[in-house]
Amino acid sequence: MNRSVLIEPCCSLCTHSPGRPCPDLITCIQEGPLCHDDDTCRTLRAERLETVRRGGDGTVLFVGAGTCGRANGALHVIAKTKSYLEERSVPARLVEVGCVGFCQREVFVDLQKGDGLRLSYCDLTPDNVDEFLEAVFEKNELRNRFLYGRYGEAPGYEDVPLVADTPFFSRQTRVVLENCGLIDPASLDSALAAGAFAAAARALTTMTREEVCDMVAESGLRGRGGAGFPTGQKWKVALNTAAHQKYLICNADEGDPGAFMDRAILEGDPFRIIEGMLIAAYAIGATKAYVYCRAEYPLAIARLQGAIAQCRKAGLLGANILGSLTDLDIVIKQGAGAFVCGEETAILASIEGGRGMPRPRPPYPAVAGLHGMPTVLNNVETLANVSGILRNGPAWFRDLGLGEAAGTKVFALSGRVRNTGLVEVPVGIPLREIVYGIGGGAPEGHQIKAVQIGGPSGGCIPDEYLDVPTDYGKLQELGAMMGSGGMVVMDERSCMVDVARYFMEFIRNESCGKCTPCREGTTRMYEILTALTKRPVGEEIQRLERFRGLLHLEELAATIKETSLCGLGQSAANPVLSTLRFFRDEYEAHILEDRCPAGVCQGLRTYAIDTATCVGCMACKKVCPAGAILGERKSAHYIIVDRCLGCGACVDACPKQSITLVA
Amino acid sequence: MSSAPATLAQPAELSREQLIPLLQEVQAKDGYLSQTAMTELAQALDTPVASVYGVATFYNQFRFAPLGEHVIEVCRGTACHVKQSLTLYQHLERRLKLRPDGNSADGRFSVLSVACVGACSIAPVIKLDGEFYGHLTVEKLDALLDGIDKHDTESPTEPNQEQPTEASHS
Amino acid sequence: MSIVINGRELQFRPGETVLQIACRAGIKIPHLCSLDWSPSPSASCRLCVVEVEGSPKLQTSCTLIASDGMVVHTHTPRILKARRTIVELMVANHPPDCLGCHRAGTCELADLARELGVRPRQYVGIKKDHPLDISSSAIWRDPNKCVLCGRCVTMCHQIQGVGAIDYIDRGFRTQVGPGFYKGINVSGCTYCGQCVRVCPTGALMEHSHVDAVVSELGDPNTVVVAQVAPAVPATLSLGRSKPPTVPVMLEHLAAALKQIGFAAVFDTAFSADVTIMEEATEFLGRLQGGGVLPMFTSCSPAWINYVELHRPDLIPHLSTCKSPQQMAGALIKEIYPKYAGLEDKRIVLVSIMPCTAKKYEAEDLGDVDYVLTTRELTTLWDRFGIDFNKFEDRLPLDPPFAEATGAARLFASTGGVMEAAVRTAASLAGAETPTAPLNEARGLDEVKCFTFDVGDTTLNLAVVNGLGQVRTLLEEGPADLHFVEVMSCPGGCAGGGGQPYGTEAADLHRRLDRIYDADAHAEVHSSHENQSVAALYEQYLGQPLGEVSHRLLHRTYTDRSSGVLANDDAQTKRGARAGAGAPH
Ligand SMILES: Cc1cc2nc3c(=O)[nH]c(=O)nc-3n(C[C@H](O)[C@H](O)[C@H](O)COP(=O)(O)O)c2cc1C
Ligand code: SF4
Ligand code: SF4
Ligand code: SF4
Ligand code: SF4
Ligand code: FES
Ligand code: FES
Ligand code: FES
Repeated sequence: MNRSVLIEPCCSLCTHSPGRPCPDLITCIQEGPLCHDDDTCRTLRAERLETVRRGGDGTVLFVGAGTCGRANGALHVIAKTKSYLEERSVPARLVEVGCVGFCQREVFVDLQKGDGLRLSYCDLTPDNVDEFLEAVFEKNELRNRFLYGRYGEAPGYEDVPLVADTPFFSRQTRVVLENCGLIDPASLDSALAAGAFAAAARALTTMTREEVCDMVAESGLRGRGGAGFPTGQKWKVALNTAAHQKYLICNADEGDPGAFMDRAILEGDPFRIIEGMLIAAYAIGATKAYVYCRAEYPLAIARLQGAIAQCRKAGLLGANILGSLTDLDIVIKQGAGAFVCGEETAILASIEGGRGMPRPRPPYPAVAGLHGMPTVLNNVETLANVSGILRNGPAWFRDLGLGEAAGTKVFALSGRVRNTGLVEVPVGIPLREIVYGIGGGAPEGHQIKAVQIGGPSGGCIPDEYLDVPTDYGKLQELGAMMGSGGMVVMDERSCMVDVARYFMEFIRNESCGKCTPCREGTTRMYEILTALTKRPVGEEIQRLERFRGLLHLEELAATIKETSLCGLGQSAANPVLSTLRFFRDEYEAHILEDRCPAGVCQGLRTYAIDTATCVGCMACKKVCPAGAILGERKSAHYIIVDRCLGCGACVDACPKQSITLVA
Repeated sequence: MSSAPATLAQPAELSREQLIPLLQEVQAKDGYLSQTAMTELAQALDTPVASVYGVATFYNQFRFAPLGEHVIEVCRGTACHVKQSLTLYQHLERRLKLRPDGNSADGRFSVLSVACVGACSIAPVIKLDGEFYGHLTVEKLDALLDGIDKHDTESPTEPNQEQPTEASHS
Repeated sequence: MSIVINGRELQFRPGETVLQIACRAGIKIPHLCSLDWSPSPSASCRLCVVEVEGSPKLQTSCTLIASDGMVVHTHTPRILKARRTIVELMVANHPPDCLGCHRAGTCELADLARELGVRPRQYVGIKKDHPLDISSSAIWRDPNKCVLCGRCVTMCHQIQGVGAIDYIDRGFRTQVGPGFYKGINVSGCTYCGQCVRVCPTGALMEHSHVDAVVSELGDPNTVVVAQVAPAVPATLSLGRSKPPTVPVMLEHLAAALKQIGFAAVFDTAFSADVTIMEEATEFLGRLQGGGVLPMFTSCSPAWINYVELHRPDLIPHLSTCKSPQQMAGALIKEIYPKYAGLEDKRIVLVSIMPCTAKKYEAEDLGDVDYVLTTRELTTLWDRFGIDFNKFEDRLPLDPPFAEATGAARLFASTGGVMEAAVRTAASLAGAETPTAPLNEARGLDEVKCFTFDVGDTTLNLAVVNGLGQVRTLLEEGPADLHFVEVMSCPGGCAGGGGQPYGTEAADLHRRLDRIYDADAHAEVHSSHENQSVAALYEQYLGQPLGEVSHRLLHRTYTDRSSGVLANDDAQTKRGARAGAGAPH
């Protein structure tokens, strides 16, 4: 649906044209006509809106085909559905939508009947989709085992819970994600019908730049990219810096391993980002904007490209937008794989075509950024919040949050938890509510140990502290960070030393290498942590080194934190410091007892051969990569612990199951 | 198996800002960045070759040697790590006898460890020739590879097949 | 305006950094990456951190612009600890080679390690292990000793506009070097040596000729002679103050060189006077005969390399004159054996130069056998036990190449060749020889454009101070230029790449002052008034640009641009990088 139906004039009285844009275009589309009073036109416009909202006439299948849906086979589901519909000439349309956020239950398919009934189905796979289609289209069994919930009134299905009332969604406050999974992200009309661009139109045509900045400042919106800097304040700095060119950059680099909020928004509701950018650019006086998106998000990039093209065609981007004399061009820049390029000055270097190495601040980008010009950088989710604030007012936004905090935050919940997916909750909600309430706690038979929040810059919060509110300051007190919103749940099967080592390896690989403490220090910390996860080879001296290592960890952490040039280095030690703080006993078990309590650290594992059952077939000896197994044919074999790598290859090779893990 | 160096379509005005997009374009076309291509780019952009190479080596995306026929991307994101994706990687290392550059001893496979591919809910995940495979175990992985081996021996593919496009987004 | 550093109230000018103010006041803050003249500090070493009252974070003093009333502490326990850890981290990734390192004694890293009380082997683990780059005849690199401060990259890109080396790879694997990990010989490097001069460690060095010269001196079958460039005496200092005239210093140098076995010591300034005769004549010829203009000077070999490697289109504009070093080389090799009755001996000519590019030039054009930089000369003193601080002896320079004018002394400074040329060109064109200093050509401005009237012709002249400004001149300078002086090194040879290590602008100013003084105190000011030069033309060369001088004193140029990183796709050193971003 690339051509906008909604923008077409209702009759010859409508004067809007791309050359002479009508300032009231958006309101007119959504509530019009405004300039003339004609019932036929009013009905025509209302009907058009209704059709767009339903995704067309007749039966429509909305398939959640965001990246996570695709990972769960959504494209195969679509292909199978298509051929099913074609073969049987079923008059139903297929619309690809973004992700509703309940990744655990993907693939989601919504069935929309011509009468407005919309039911949501989940857990579809390429293998069972035929069963589903058969139930719906042949047996007319709309209540089948895939049914998840309903949307709206749904006469006759009142007993089916509203999607919003199901446990996963009922504790959420969906603002940023409100359209994700519901509207067609490839269609401007679909977004317009859901209310998009009304706020931007109002800002551009009726408010001054200062008023927009003030409103955002008053709402208490803070950057959702990690640091939590007040957005309105940042905009004002850029607005008040005189320059002949200003820039806006939407930070869609999302490099935190375990975070995918921004991707979901870009894939599911790209027009919301464009609207946010339009407002932000207007507020600071920027005429050129960039979206810096990681190349690993091809679908998000495609969706955004499509959305930008449609907006340009409809006059919502380009010159003289909505007759307001505001110009804006948006260019997509693809990242090339560097976590540090999420850092605001590194992004600038990367866009300018250089190595993504941060530079010292001040000057802050809002004063001297891209090509030395004032530049505002905002995270995707930050920008996604802007239209809501303009539409509903700052007070509404403040009230969304709990306590002092304002607004909502999207988290990507994953790891050892029953329900994984994207959750949007009021800022300030306790972590426990998210992990247990929405996430459903640990899987059967397991016990949550800690929650890692904030990715490589964040920390691990143990179960007993989960009542902490998701608040920038409170999390920092616990050595974690709100970060971008990645939230990985760990149970007793995770080793905290291993987790610290994992993040340190990530940071060490992603350090840009510019400044000494981060470049050299993270490698040393990684080496020390690696040494802790390996058995010292016999000698006392190594044991001593591992002790010293623990002291060094703390010394290095302090220096790296205090002296690194950019946020990556400054927060690099957080995962180590927080695990040291809350799980020191695990470190001690590794050092003092050569033991990994969770049994994760391979280098501390070893195996033993049961001499009673060993038949001496030599199978294990052949596969051992370390030559750690001794023994003659037909007599029992032995494992030399000091040589064993803990790889377990022998276990698989042994025909008698004589080899077992030594705890 | 290097393909001919990309001759670049020259936009009217090339600026340094286009260096990374152009590198991406070259890699999408050739599958990797050859020295010839980088030198040409440097000339076109009036930028020192050292800087072009410096930029290219800064970013993970860029490769300097062609990929194998089959590309396996092992997700090493947090969720996958927590679900033991390292074991998968190590298994591949052993089974395919990976060289330090990530290519298998026989050159047929390239194994890349990549950041979160966005399928955390089905962790641990790999992408094999652009297709996702989730909830993986060593056994399932072996089954997949056995399938490929079987397929390849029955109908050997031309070595210079088109690169899977997904693979360039590592 | 004033700030308080460690309890001392200090005045400052707006825009100054805390580091600059502290240094001036004698408060030493360690700094490995900042450069006095860098337009934008990289702030990568993190050693210059200080505490500012009212701010919880440590801040780098090299980027911290002072503001009135700021209160700063530079050596608190917290800072000392952080600095020591940083240096310990550098040391942990550094070869333990101090005893055999050419920087022992001048190494900024080793000094810091000692000052900060670095504990040996505090952190251990993997170390970088890169091959030594000895591909070129002028500059060698040992990337293992590099601390990635970025000074050389700043010099090569921002100051010199060449870009032969850059940061390569990322994170712990980062190194600085030419593209594709190739040798510097194919990198497009001009061998200006500016990177070497600012490197804090032994990672960059000249290809040393000290050992070779020492062994030639010990060979009874050779006669070793030296020529000394005018920048050298303007740079080295003696312990006690001497009259600031260069000949005094030169005569000390001559005496010291002879003490260690040189048979004769000549003044390169003599051939600078010859250069002016040739160059001024060539210029007037082009001007009057409709030759290619503007004409560019050719005495800075790094500039020649730049043209041949990067701007071959400018070759027709280059003066065909050899540089003074090579003119001297040709004249000495041709004339001196006969003059001194040494025709049956092997003459070895050693140049003592402020320049690394002259090593390449000597190899390229011959005649000069070895080139020692100013730095290597001090090594030679050390090798032969000469304490130059206490050195009293003086000996005159050796004829027939002993006499030089003030104009020739000026060659060591930016604008000096222009000034010298103008004096002689005016006279050759029949006008009066100017006597006042040509102030438009002097000083450290990057591009100096001005006009000069010779008779009724108005000449448009330009002086380019530093290779990086060539572009500026060509893109923004006036269109109808007649004559352009280009000195590769900022400040001219006084700031040459073979000069003592250092990053402070004050050193350069001191040297320039000595050069201007030398001209002021000289007995003769214009090259055409040099009696020895006149005698040379009379007895040997005939006319400037004559047949003999054409053979000995002029050269041709080659377009070498295709050799810049000619690539070898067949054998890339670096294999495919398998998704290096995510941890395995
Ligand atoms: C190492 C590092 C990585 C970052 N990555 C991201 C990122 O992927 N996305 C993002 O929006 N912000 C990221 N940030 C934060 C940005 O620097 C910046 O604060 C943010 O984009 C500002 O937007 P906001 O105020 O809307 O949050 C990162 C910061 C650091 C230090
Ligand atoms: S802290 Fe790390 S990532 Fe940041 S500038 Fe320094 S080296 Fe680069
Ligand atoms: S566990 Fe692995 S390394 Fe250890 S003995 Fe067995 S095969 Fe060898
Ligand atoms: S560079 Fe300095 S620290 Fe390194 S070996 Fe040489 S003298 Fe020692
Ligand atoms: S010698 Fe000059 S041109 Fe060569 S690398 Fe050093 S600074 Fe660059
Ligand atoms: S961590 Fe592997 S898919 Fe996200
Ligand atoms: S001198 Fe300031 S950071 Fe290096
Ligand atoms: S030494 Fe560089 S200009 Fe003379």
